[in-house]
Amino acid sequence: MSSFHPYLLDRRLGMARLVVWFVLALLVLWFFRTQILGHGKYQLQSETNRLRPIPLPAPRGLIYDRNGRVLAENVPGYTVSLLPGPEPVLRATLAAIASIANIDSAAIERVIQRAHRAPYQPALVLGDARFSVVSALEERRVAIPGLLIQAEPKRWYPDTAVVAHLVGYVGEVTEVERATRRFAMVRLGGLVGKDGLEREYDDSLRGSEGVRFVEVSAKGQMVRDAEAAANLNPVPGTDLHTTIDLGLQQFISKIFPPGQRGAVLALNPNTGEVLALYSAPSFDPNAFVGGVSAPYWRTISESPAHPLLDRAIQARYPPGSTWKLAIAAMALKRGIVGPRSHMPIPCRGGLQYGNRYFRCWNARGHGDLTLTEAIAQSCDVYFYQLGIKLGVTTLLEDGNAWGFRGRTGIDLPGEIPSEFPTGPEYYDRVYGPRRWTSAVALNLAIGQGENAQTLVQMVRLYQQLASDGRLRTPFVVRQAATSNENTSLDLTADQIAWLRRAMIAVVEEGTARGSRLAALTIAGKTGTAQNSHGPDHGWFIGFAPADKPEIVVGAIIEFAQHGTAVAPLVARTIAHYLGIEDKRFQNIRVAVPTDSAPQPFQLPPLLDTLAPTLPSIPRDTPILRDSVLPRPPTR
Amino acid sequence: MFSRVRQLDKSLVVSVSVLALYGLATLYSAGQTDVPTFVATIWQRQLIWLGLCVVVAWLTYRTSPRMLEWATPIAYAITVLLLLLTLAVGTGAGTAAGSKSWLSIGGHRFGQPAELAKLAVILMLARWLAGLREAPSGIRDLIPPAAITGLPCLLVLKQPDLGSAIVFVAILFFMLFWAGTKPSLLLLAASPVIGLALAFSTVAWGAWIAVLTVLLLWWRPYVWESIAIMGLNVLGGVIALPMWNRLAPYQQNRLLAFLNPDVDPRAAGWHVIQSKVAIGSGGLFGKGFTEGTQKRLAFLPAQHTDFIFSIVGEELGFVGVLVALALFGWLLFALLRIARRATDPFSSLCVFGIAGLFFTHIFENVGMTVNLMPITGIPLPFFSYGGSFLLACSLGVGIALRVAWESRQSGYGELGQ
Repeated sequence: MSSFHPYLLDRRLGMARLVVWFVLALLVLWFFRTQILGHGKYQLQSETNRLRPIPLPAPRGLIYDRNGRVLAENVPGYTVSLLPGPEPVLRATLAAIASIANIDSAAIERVIQRAHRAPYQPALVLGDARFSVVSALEERRVAIPGLLIQAEPKRWYPDTAVVAHLVGYVGEVTEVERATRRFAMVRLGGLVGKDGLEREYDDSLRGSEGVRFVEVSAKGQMVRDAEAAANLNPVPGTDLHTTIDLGLQQFISKIFPPGQRGAVLALNPNTGEVLALYSAPSFDPNAFVGGVSAPYWRTISESPAHPLLDRAIQARYPPGSTWKLAIAAMALKRGIVGPRSHMPIPCRGGLQYGNRYFRCWNARGHGDLTLTEAIAQSCDVYFYQLGIKLGVTTLLEDGNAWGFRGRTGIDLPGEIPSEFPTGPEYYDRVYGPRRWTSAVALNLAIGQGENAQTLVQMVRLYQQLASDGRLRTPFVVRQAATSNENTSLDLTADQIAWLRRAMIAVVEEGTARGSRLAALTIAGKTGTAQNSHGPDHGWFIGFAPADKPEIVVGAIIEFAQHGTAVAPLVARTIAHYLGIEDKRFQNIRVAVPTDSAPQPFQLPPLLDTLAPTLPSIPRDTPILRDSVLPRPPTR
Repeated sequence: MFSRVRQLDKSLVVSVSVLALYGLATLYSAGQTDVPTFVATIWQRQLIWLGLCVVVAWLTYRTSPRMLEWATPIAYAITVLLLLLTLAVGTGAGTAAGSKSWLSIGGHRFGQPAELAKLAVILMLARWLAGLREAPSGIRDLIPPAAITGLPCLLVLKQPDLGSAIVFVAILFFMLFWAGTKPSLLLLAASPVIGLALAFSTVAWGAWIAVLTVLLLWWRPYVWESIAIMGLNVLGGVIALPMWNRLAPYQQNRLLAFLNPDVDPRAAGWHVIQSKVAIGSGGLFGKGFTEGTQKRLAFLPAQHTDFIFSIVGEELGFVGVLVALALFGWLLFALLRIARRATDPFSSLCVFGIAGLFFTHIFENVGMTVNLMPITGIPLPFFSYGGSFLLACSLGVGIALRVAWESRQSGYGELGQ
C-alpha cells in the first residue's frame, strides 16, 4: 500500500506529533492560567466555599435591682439549627427530624424561609430545645447533615410575671426592626429586647456576637472547626443596675388583688428613681424565650385583659379626684386661695351653675369647708368653685406647663402621652367657637372632662408634692437626658406643706381612713375615674413619711369602684418599703363613702374596651382621640 | 519468557507503569474524604483490576497481529451484540443514572461495552483501511469506514453516551488520517459537523458556508461530492435546532455550562466551577497529597472517575499536573513511534488508533477540568476508576507492545535506535 511509504508515514508522524504538542501546550497553558494566574481568586473561593460562619450569641447583660438581686439572668440552653444545604436536602433533613424535634409542617416552612433569607447562616430550628430532644438528635447526628447544636445562654427571668412589664422580654428580631437604624446591625435570627428594660437598654445589654467558622462539605454537613485564628469571641452585654427594689416589687405583686387589672408605681420622690412598677394582669416573659408558642401567644394576645399592656405607662385614665391636688396647687401658686380659704357657696350636695346642677359625690353635702378640708373630703362643690375662680384658660395653661399633656420621659419603651387640652382653642376646634361655656372648668376641676392621664404622669405630680416641688423624671436606670430639672410646681415650701397636711388629712380622717397606720403618717389622695363601660376605676396616690417623704406610690385598679379600695394597697406598699409591720392591715376593711364625681361623664372607650388586637397597635397611637370625645354637657 | 520481557518497548512500559501508579495513588487520595464514602476503598479494587490488566496486556503481547486481524470481525460482531444487549437490559450508574451504559444482568453490572467497542472499532477500521490499495481519496471511499464506526457509535449514542460517541468519531478521523487520507478531504468530511456546531449563530454559519465554498472551489473535488458536502452543511444548519431540542436536558446544560459555567452554578456549571476552584486553589505545589480541602469536603463531583484529574491539580499543584501531562505526552509519543515503525499497515493503524483513543480521552478529560472542553463523562486513562476502560487500555497497550516487538524482531528497532 503506497500510502504507507516511510516518507509519507514520516510526514504524517510529524503532523501527528505537532497536534500532540499543540494540545499538550494548550492544556499546560490552561492549567497555568487557572493554577498560577488565577490562584488567588480560586484560593479565596475555596475558602469561602467550605467555611461557614456560625454566630456565637453574646450573653446578654444581667439586670439587677438596686440591692444587687437579679431581675434577668442567663441560664444554659440549647438551640438546634441546620446548616442549609440544597433545599431538597434541607427538606429531607427536616422531615427526618420532625418527629424527634416535634416540629410541624408550618415550623418546617419557617425554617426553610430562614434558610432562604440567610443561605450561609445556620437556620434556627428550635430556639430552646429540651435536653431530651438534644440528646435524641445528637444520637442520630450522622444521619442529619448540617445539624448544629449550640449551647447558648438563654434568658431567664427568675421572678417571671412579677417583673414582666418592667423588664420586658427578648425575641427574634423582625424584618421591620432590622430596617431601622437601631437594629440594622443585628443578624437575622438574632435576639433583641422586645419590651421593657430589655428593649430600652437593648444596645448595651445585647453585647456583640462572636463568630466561629466551621468547615462544611458540599452537602452542608459540618466537618470540623476551622482554624481558631479566624474565630471571634462574643463580647457579653453590659449589666444593667436598676433602681428597682425587687422585694417591694414582689410584695406588691403578692398583695395586688388577685384577678384585678391595674398598676402600681412606686418612686423615690427626691430622685425620681422607680422603686417598683407592677402591672396586672401580667404574663410570663420566659415563655417568649426561644420563640413564643402559638397557644400561649393566642392566650395573651386575645385575652380581654391585655396582659401585655403596661398599665402604668401605656393606659390613660381620667385622673378623677387625684387631680384635685393639681387644681389646689394651681390655685395656691396663683394666690387665689390659701389653705384656710372658704368658697362662697358651701357644699349642700351640689352646685347650680348656669342651667345645670353639678352634684357633689356626697349628696348630703360637706358644708362650709376650708381648702384642706375640701381636699380631705374630696368635696366636689368646693373644687367646682375653685375651677371657676381659676378659669379655663389658666387651668389649661398651668396643666400644660406642668406637663400633663405629653410623656413623662420615663426610660421605658412605649410610654403613651397623657391627654389634656392644649388651651381654650381646643374647645373652639372641637365644639366650635362660643358653642361651649366655662362650665368645662367645673369638669376639669374635679379631674373629669377632656383629661386622661397615665399613672406615671399622676405619680409624678405627687412626687413633686412629696419633694421640694421640683419635677424629677421617673427613671429605672438613667434619667432622661432631656430631663427638665428646673421645672417645678413653683410653690413655696409652706404651700407644699399645706398640701401635704391636707393629704395627711385624707388618710387620717378623709376618704382613705382605712389606710391609716399608727406608726406612720401617709399623705395621699383617692380618685375615681369615671368609666362609662363598667364600674369606675379607682385611684390612690400617696407618700410617706408625710413630713419627709421617702416613697411615693400610685395605684390604679380598673373597675375598683373608687379609690378607697385602692388605698390599702398603697398604704401597705409604703409600710413594707419603710419596714413597718403591716400585719394589722390584713383584715382592714375600708368603710368610706363613695367618692364619685357629680355625674357620670361620657368617656371615650378605654383600652380594655377596644378591639382585642392590642399587640399590633403601635404603642404611640393615641388611644383617647380628641375626635371621639363626645360633647360635654354644656348648655 | 524473560527474553520476551527484556524485549518489551521500554518507553511504553515505563510510561504506562508510572501512569498506572500515579493514577492509583490519586485514586487512593480520592477516597480520603472527611465523610468516608464507598470511594475510600475503591483503590483496592482498582489494584485488582490493574493486576488483571497486566495479565491481559501480557497475553495480548503474546498474540500475533495476524491472529488479531483474523479475530477482528468476530470481536467487532461481539461488541456490537453486547451494545445491543446493553440497550435492551442496560442500567445507568453514578452521575448518569438515567442512561443505559452498563451491561447488567440480574442486578450485577458487568461493565461498559462501549469502552471495548472503541477498541473493536479501531481493529475493524485498521483491518478495512489496511486492505485498501490506495488511500481513501473521495467521499465514496469514506463510506465503509464511516459505516464501521457509525454502527457502534449510534448504539452508544442511543444509551445515551455522547462522550463515547464523540470518541468513536475522533478515532475514525485519526485512523483515516493515518491511512493517508488527505487532510482536505477530512476537513470536507467533517464540515457538516462543523456546520452543525456553528449553526447556533447565523453569522458564524454563514461565514462557514462562504469559507467552505472557497475551499471546494480551491480543492475541486468531484461535482457530486461538492454538492453532497454543501447539501450536508446546509442540512446541518437546518436541523441544528431540532437536534438541540432532542438532546437530553443534562446534555444541553453541559454544553451551555461549558460556554458559561456561571449560568447555573448549582447544577450544570457546578462541576466545572468546583473543579476549577479545586485546581486553581492548588497553586504551584498544591495542598499536599490527600490534603485537598475541596476534595475532602466532597465539593468535587465524580472525583474518582470523570474529575479525578482535579485532585491532581488541587493536591499536587501545577507541578503535579505538568508531571502527569509529561507522562501522557511520553506515552503518546511512544505510541506514535511504534505506529511509525510497525511492520505492516494493520499493526500501524491499530497502534495509531490506540494512540488516538488515548489522545482523545486525555484531551477531553483533562481539558474539561479547566473548562477547556465541554463536560462529557469519558474517563482518563490509568486514573479514572473503572474496569472496562482499564481493560480496553491494557488491551491497547498489549497490542502496541506486540507491534513494537514485531518491528524489533524485523530489525527496525535497532535501525531506529
